[in-house]
Amino acid sequence: MRFAVVQFPGSNCDQDCVHALRGLGQEARLVWHHETRLDPDEGVILPGGFSYGDYLRCGAIARFSPMMQSVKAAAERGQVVVGICNGFQILCEAGLLPGALTRNEGLHFRCEPSHLRVESPASRFTSGYGTGQMLRIPIAHGEGCYRAEPKVLEELEARQQILFRYCDAEGRVTAEANPNGSSHSIAGIRNQAGNVLGMMPHPERACEPEMGGLDGKGILLGAAGIGRSA
Amino acid sequence: MKAVVTVTLKPSILDPQGEAVLHAVKGMGLQEVKSVRIGKHIELEIEGGDEKKLKAKLEEISRELLSNPVMENFHLDLRAGG
Amino acid sequence: MKAKEFALKLGLTEEEFDRIQNGLGREPNETELGMFSVMWSEHCSYKNTRKELRKFPTTGPAVLVKAGEENAGVVDAGDGLALAFKIESHNHPSAVEPFQGAATGVGGILRDIFTMGARPVAFMDSLRFGRPDAPGEAGKRTRSLIHGVVAGISHYGNCVGVPTVGGELVFDPAYEGNPLVNVFCLGTLRHDQIRRGAAKGVGNPVFYVGAKTGRDGLAGAAFASRDLTEESKADRPAVQVGDPFVGKLLFEACLELYARPDLVVGVQDMGAAGLTCSTCETASRGGSGIEIELRKVPQRETGMTPFETLLSESQERMLIIVRKGRERELKEIFARWGLDAAEIGTVTDTGRVVVMEGGKVVADLPARMLADDAPVYERAAMTPAKLAEKQKYDLGKILPAQPRVKEDLLKLARSPATGSRRWVWNQYDHMVGLRTVVRPGSDAAVLRVEKPGGGWVRVAMTLDGNGRWCAQDPREGSKALVAEACRNLACAGAVPLGLTDNLNYGNPHDPELFWQLREGVEGMAEACRAFDLPVTGGNVSLYNQSPSGPIHPTPVVGVVGKVDEGVKLAPAVFSTGGGEVVLLGTTASGGLGASLYLQEVHGVIAGKLAAVDLVSEKKLHAVTRMVLAQPGVRAVHDVGEGGILWALAEMTFGEGSAGGEFRVPCGKERPEEALFGEGAGRILVELDETSMPTVENLAKEGGVELTHLGRTGGKDLQVTVHGAEMIWPVAELRDGFEKSLPKALGP
Repeated sequence: MRFAVVQFPGSNCDQDCVHALRGLGQEARLVWHHETRLDPDEGVILPGGFSYGDYLRCGAIARFSPMMQSVKAAAERGQVVVGICNGFQILCEAGLLPGALTRNEGLHFRCEPSHLRVESPASRFTSGYGTGQMLRIPIAHGEGCYRAEPKVLEELEARQQILFRYCDAEGRVTAEANPNGSSHSIAGIRNQAGNVLGMMPHPERACEPEMGGLDGKGILLGAAGIGRSA
Repeated sequence: MKAVVTVTLKPSILDPQGEAVLHAVKGMGLQEVKSVRIGKHIELEIEGGDEKKLKAKLEEISRELLSNPVMENFHLDLRAGG
Repeated sequence: MKAKEFALKLGLTEEEFDRIQNGLGREPNETELGMFSVMWSEHCSYKNTRKELRKFPTTGPAVLVKAGEENAGVVDAGDGLALAFKIESHNHPSAVEPFQGAATGVGGILRDIFTMGARPVAFMDSLRFGRPDAPGEAGKRTRSLIHGVVAGISHYGNCVGVPTVGGELVFDPAYEGNPLVNVFCLGTLRHDQIRRGAAKGVGNPVFYVGAKTGRDGLAGAAFASRDLTEESKADRPAVQVGDPFVGKLLFEACLELYARPDLVVGVQDMGAAGLTCSTCETASRGGSGIEIELRKVPQRETGMTPFETLLSESQERMLIIVRKGRERELKEIFARWGLDAAEIGTVTDTGRVVVMEGGKVVADLPARMLADDAPVYERAAMTPAKLAEKQKYDLGKILPAQPRVKEDLLKLARSPATGSRRWVWNQYDHMVGLRTVVRPGSDAAVLRVEKPGGGWVRVAMTLDGNGRWCAQDPREGSKALVAEACRNLACAGAVPLGLTDNLNYGNPHDPELFWQLREGVEGMAEACRAFDLPVTGGNVSLYNQSPSGPIHPTPVVGVVGKVDEGVKLAPAVFSTGGGEVVLLGTTASGGLGASLYLQEVHGVIAGKLAAVDLVSEKKLHAVTRMVLAQPGVRAVHDVGEGGILWALAEMTFGEGSAGGEFRVPCGKERPEEALFGEGAGRILVELDETSMPTVENLAKEGGVELTHLGRTGGKDLQVTVHGAEMIWPVAELRDGFEKSLPKALGP
């Protein structure tokens, strides 16, 4: 499948996403935030980084870029959209996913491997994994604390939109294993239609043994529509 | 009583955040805007105490804690009521 | 004599003023004096240290850009790949405003690297503060400095998307009033991408790109060249604010610009002394002149005088000279990245920097005189009167009659001096870019770097300094830290290619302090020659002292090397058990002089480090690299601060690492000396039993001693010395190691 990796001013995981996707046999092209064209069969990646320096609020300025209007339209048409880290923040600011990402509870930026529990394999992004499977994928963010109204959280739970939760090395979801204080230990969610994924951990950093594991492959391959074969 | 402390960057200090917002604001069609400066608004609810002493203490807190005297100015506003 | 008074106010001396006046053949105006004051400051001219710096070896087959030629040195890494790297200090700005001081330090070194044409791929930081666990105000102030500096580095480095992959964090009361913040950056490029900071081609346009100019950091270079005093806080208008967002756009735009064939003629960043430095240095290097119009300089503030515009140290700005007729290409690229690009002048053949404001000449100076003709001083050096006394020590009076090694090691493990630096590097994105193969917490960081023709080269790098060693013996201490840096690279299987140094010392007018610098330079130079290691550039930071006194003499070195092709990288921590552990290198501990043990456990800095045997050291590194190319190597770690016992303890701190049973060689010395001595030339290796014969053979052939220490296994660290056996549960040591730093720093 082909992916458009969007470059906002200040994106810095754009090249990493291209590298990871190509390494998995997918096509990837970089598109500048001023552009508007997206092909109808293309998947979209909003990569990590600090779009507009994360000034004002993370993702707040990026959502107004011309490309984001195209991304919204593509998402509504059912095209796959994956927001990683800063990309997740942009998706929330743009209203493509509910909730918001706020300053980590510990107030510090954290870059470390995180353990994730796959909550629901019933999505294209997690179809390569089993329920409760444990993944080890790095996080690197200062504002990854997921917050939403109680009602929204209930809905996310009820509709199995929560795809990943932070857990400890044994797979237990605990407060200690939650690196940023996210409500319900949320690390990644999908939209109701199932074509938009936002997650704070970086799957593109876990696609090669030399980089510390392969656990991120399934997510990117899942986005490409390649399920269990991973 | 309520104390409102407004912290702003000193005029000669670069405000990267303000610059980025300025750029975005222009991008959204407001060409007339010339400058954006972003500061902090801090509210403290206070019960009881001698106003004069409070004011002196709040000045100190604003200077030492709430603002960074190296780069920022502050304005303290002490109001009666909640 | 108004001009002279003004010159003195700016920090120039009377002799320097006379030199300027005679050189010009007229009285300089205030703007011109401002320009001289920054260009002739120590920071820009090395006027106090130039004679010493000439002692460094700077040539070698791998050197592509030599020290002093450009913003950063460049070395050849083979296959057409080149590496640009440099270290720089931001000590004084960080003391005044830790967050912005550290952030702009990172931004500054970043610009030095991409100015060379390189893509920045890694940062490292060497940080020194007072003790965070000191009582009262001092501890509180130190903790807040540490929080600020780490947050500032994190803010800038993370945002620009360049990983921070290593460094050091050291505490010592000597840095309480004057912290050290040294930042290092590595960039990669092809040989044919090297950029020069020279203004060439008469009539070529001179562009100003990047952020607008404000009154930031006015005369920062002069600020860095004075002692820190109580009044420094009042110098606060000098604080520059870094904008990593613009920094990132700037380097992406510049790299895109460089990629256009034959477009860029010369490029220079505007760091210290801003517009002044970039114009006169490019003109001087190009053997040309430059004429600029200040009205065309993008300004953030109104009413700036020529003096202010020329001396401003606003961040994220570059001076770029392109080929005439191709101005549009540059403008298009910078517009796309949303950055200012203003044509502010042209290259001339007059040899002069001519500055105009509204068509009126406000400064007209010979470029070479500004850039290269600063006076060179021969500073007096004198062996400190108290040195011999400092170096003498009586262990019998310091150590208890009965050794208490068990308690000693626990004390060391619980000290913030030795504790895990995870709290720091977790705040840095050390993985972005997908190059970081060996992450922080090991002896050296290793990056994989794309070769121009495809495939990877592994590049190892380390930062090392040791103020305590150097305070007790600046010459041997400096030799030892170069040896240690190279040993760290050896543990990653790498051959060192080049060294960048940051010389952090006190006031050069004090002969005892200048003696420290001279000894340090000579010691480093000797070690570099022994390792065939060219010095490719660096930075000098003098006047590091506060009312409570000077810092320890603290040279910090950054060494970059290439990992041998056949090497399989081994972690610095033990396997899950069942491996043989050997000591490669000398069995001599070097004694407890200048050791961390005496400082941390007994509260004294005494004695001096044992002399480093550079010949044996070099053999050890060669053998280690060969050993790492063999199958069955499980772990490798060098013996440094804290001695062999601390090195063994650290090796048990890995996720799932086993403990082990070891016998440490000990001669007639006290067991504390055998266990905690910091003598150089030692590397610990854990390996499969089956690999032992090959490794023994390699050591023998390489002329390196090999001593069997024991085996890994179990959950305890068990050490026998002089027949006395001691046991520590690994969990207890590791708990101290993991928690000491967060505990000392607070939330």
